[in-house]
Amino acid sequence: MLDTLGMGRLEDLYAQLPNQVVLKGPLNLPAGKSEYEIVDYFRARGAENRHDGPSFLGAGVYRHYRPALVDAVVSRGEFLTSYTPYQAEISQGTLTSIFEFQTMMCQLTGMEVANASMYDGSSAVPEAALMAMRARPGSGRNRVLIARTAHPEYRETLRTYGRFGAIEVEEFGYDRQSGQADLTDLERKLDQRTAAAIVQSPNFFGIVENMKQAAALAHDKGALLVAVFTEAVSLGLLAPPREADIVAGELQSFALAPSYGGPLAGIIACKEPFARQLPGRLAGETKDANGNRAFCLTLAAREQHIRREKATSNICTNQALIALMATVFMAVYGKEGLRELALQNLSKAHYLGGKLRRRFNGPYFNEFVAVVEEPEQVNQRLEHQGIIGGLPLGRFYPELKDAMLLCCTETSRRTDMDAVAAAMSRAEACATL
Amino acid sequence: MIQKVRPHPSQNEPLLFELSSPGKRGYQLPELDVPAADPAVELGGENVRSEIEDFPEVSEVEAIRHFTRLSSWNYGIDLGLYPLGSCTMKYNPRVNEAVARLDGLSWIHPYQSEDLSQGAMEIVAALERALAEITGMDAVTVQPAAGAHGELAGIFLVRAFLESRGNARKRVLVPDSAHGTNPATVRMAGYEVANAASNERGMVDIEALKQMVDEDVAAMMITNPNTLGVFEEEILEIGRILHAKGALLYMDGANMNALAGIARPGDFGVDAMHLNLHKTFSTPHGGGGPGAGPVAVKRFLEPFLPLPRLKRSDAGWRWDYERPQSIGRVRAFYGNFGVLVRALAYIMAHGGDGLKRATLDALLNANYIRKRLEPHYEIAYPTPTMHECVFSDRRQAAHGVGTGAIAKRLIDYGFHPYTVSFPLIVRGALMIEPTETESKRELDLFADAMIAIAQEAEENPELVRTAPHSTRTAKVDEAGAARRPVLKWRRTT
Repeated sequence: MLDTLGMGRLEDLYAQLPNQVVLKGPLNLPAGKSEYEIVDYFRARGAENRHDGPSFLGAGVYRHYRPALVDAVVSRGEFLTSYTPYQAEISQGTLTSIFEFQTMMCQLTGMEVANASMYDGSSAVPEAALMAMRARPGSGRNRVLIARTAHPEYRETLRTYGRFGAIEVEEFGYDRQSGQADLTDLERKLDQRTAAAIVQSPNFFGIVENMKQAAALAHDKGALLVAVFTEAVSLGLLAPPREADIVAGELQSFALAPSYGGPLAGIIACKEPFARQLPGRLAGETKDANGNRAFCLTLAAREQHIRREKATSNICTNQALIALMATVFMAVYGKEGLRELALQNLSKAHYLGGKLRRRFNGPYFNEFVAVVEEPEQVNQRLEHQGIIGGLPLGRFYPELKDAMLLCCTETSRRTDMDAVAAAMSRAEACATL
Repeated sequence: MIQKVRPHPSQNEPLLFELSSPGKRGYQLPELDVPAADPAVELGGENVRSEIEDFPEVSEVEAIRHFTRLSSWNYGIDLGLYPLGSCTMKYNPRVNEAVARLDGLSWIHPYQSEDLSQGAMEIVAALERALAEITGMDAVTVQPAAGAHGELAGIFLVRAFLESRGNARKRVLVPDSAHGTNPATVRMAGYEVANAASNERGMVDIEALKQMVDEDVAAMMITNPNTLGVFEEEILEIGRILHAKGALLYMDGANMNALAGIARPGDFGVDAMHLNLHKTFSTPHGGGGPGAGPVAVKRFLEPFLPLPRLKRSDAGWRWDYERPQSIGRVRAFYGNFGVLVRALAYIMAHGGDGLKRATLDALLNANYIRKRLEPHYEIAYPTPTMHECVFSDRRQAAHGVGTGAIAKRLIDYGFHPYTVSFPLIVRGALMIEPTETESKRELDLFADAMIAIAQEAEENPELVRTAPHSTRTAKVDEAGAARRPVLKWRRTT
């Protein structure tokens, strides 16, 4: 091939680079390794992480069983090694599955349009806020209100986008009894400059929010309601947030291993009038030249590769493979299964929740906040039994230093939940001594 | 002659919703070992849905057949050359998939204690070190979820740095050949976009640039090699012009696969850049994500990197949140960890020499394609080619055959098309990036196909214009889809 090019050596291929630019020595990296050595290295790193045994952590990343079918499907090279489906004629597999995904997202959320996925739930929130601002062009509405019951790291992400993207972000509080967003505080803070109120349900404490009322308050002031979810399994049982205008959520629960928090997949869904404000990819139905049903990416006039600086977002790809995992997961569980799965989660959480002193009395799904004097010590005690306990909340909520967020899923066994309850009650006994 | 493919039957398949029948199920849950909760009691009747209307109901066999049939309608790297310019569709080694799925790496929770996550944190640290070495930069964050997300974090931190100096400035310069994400990112970071023109060699016009750079310019976002596959030979001068006015040089690292092992952005004046792990470092594109977009910076920008940062302590790795100048979080948790694992595995397999060799092979393959196609297609710029080459459809357009039609005809020959009509500064662009993982045999099949199509364009333009002819789905009506959007399935009764 070098002969074809009339070159003597490979280095001639970059002879045009200025001499000062060319790297003089070799890269300071270890020599290349064989497949066996690579597997060995990662096995050793894996052994340094606790990954087996029961865990009661949730807080945005959940431990659900992954049906074997999911990996069987996404390991197929035709899905794994394909690009964004710009060439519709040879991408119907991906496009069809995206169309199914969008449909199921609408069925679950009660929205009318859903995009092909986002990076994750946390970055979907600022994108939803920007959408709400665009939905009211020229109205000067550049302020969003987010409940303190929303995931703390989602709120931090929103603040970063807000700082640089001119979104004024303000938080509203929560009711110390119910653990629900304080809608009186929301009402007080809503004004003519507010583009959206953002409420997560189930919220970070696991508690179901009153979305109807939040929507009514927001709409009353001409603002939109953005509904957020981090636990997609809850949608198997909970009424969808139909009153919201935009839904932003995280799909990790649908067949994604926790994977130290990434990759995940987010989603934005909305009511019809806001469809052209959506960021990200959309698949649509059409026909091919023979009149057969076909799918393609559509409404690209919103997107950066067409609109450049006038695009709705800079987002380029979505999380197609993960959206596909979620699609397979939803197909496997289906209508009855997702409900039964949600019911198991509810039942497990209420079994353990019933044994512990809970901080809040609002209705909860598969997470709840327990009162524990020394949450870190309880976790250490559990760790000796090979159990990963809950998330001490003081880190995110200084007023909740004596509280721990616990999550139960269908994978939580009764014996382990009993062990947690025992460890907690011992902690309580010590505290009262 | 079409050598790579011949027709074979492919199965029809309805949508999941059309396949459904009531009561079918593909799952099994264990029996509850606790009392069943009553949703209406625990959640309140108004909070409980009666059903998920029209949600699918299929058996396990139906589900696997459904998705397997769908997969057979896709093209992938595993099926052949995928010459999408700028997208770097190289082979995705399967060992990377295997290690990312190890229980010890996939079943770890982001909030389990740092003491129980040391292996994961070491992987992140090892990847940060390797990427710093490859780019010649001082510090790396692996948090951003994708290239565009990395750009956003990168321009956020440019802004945070300039704000700390008392003036955020107004504009970011973006070459007219840039990816669309660049100007879109600039807007999201609150800057105006100013387009920098290219010269007749396909490089940034230095004289025009000098006129544009003043104290209102925050930075220039440059892709190097640029989207024409051309190395910006004046890159040192570009850096000097910007730095003289206090502006920063940001590099879009989409084309880092043309440089790894032969040149380092940190050595040619770049202050901040992002990488696309799904391009240069071969993590699978997966039909459009997940990717990862690490950001690498010079020392003076390190305090502004997103939260949290890894910190070494006596007790091992810790996450550091006490960083007052940081731009803050750009997402929850620590990045697309599963993608980072794959990228580190790729780097380990290659080592320093292997990465250089991969770069040279990518250059060789692109130049070979250029050499073979140059007699038949008009090269956009005569400048030397790095990892991709861009042609114009000018010669074929004279027969009424544009780049879009040539791309569709390529499908009949068994190949995925190149990138169509990009970069925008080339009339009817054909942007071809073969990557290093293609053999001469596959490259020759591709070149033969392209040459045959050039001939068809002259002799039988209608054949090319109406392509593809052999796909199970004929030409798709995209205009119709946009005119009357149908974005979800609806029950028709």
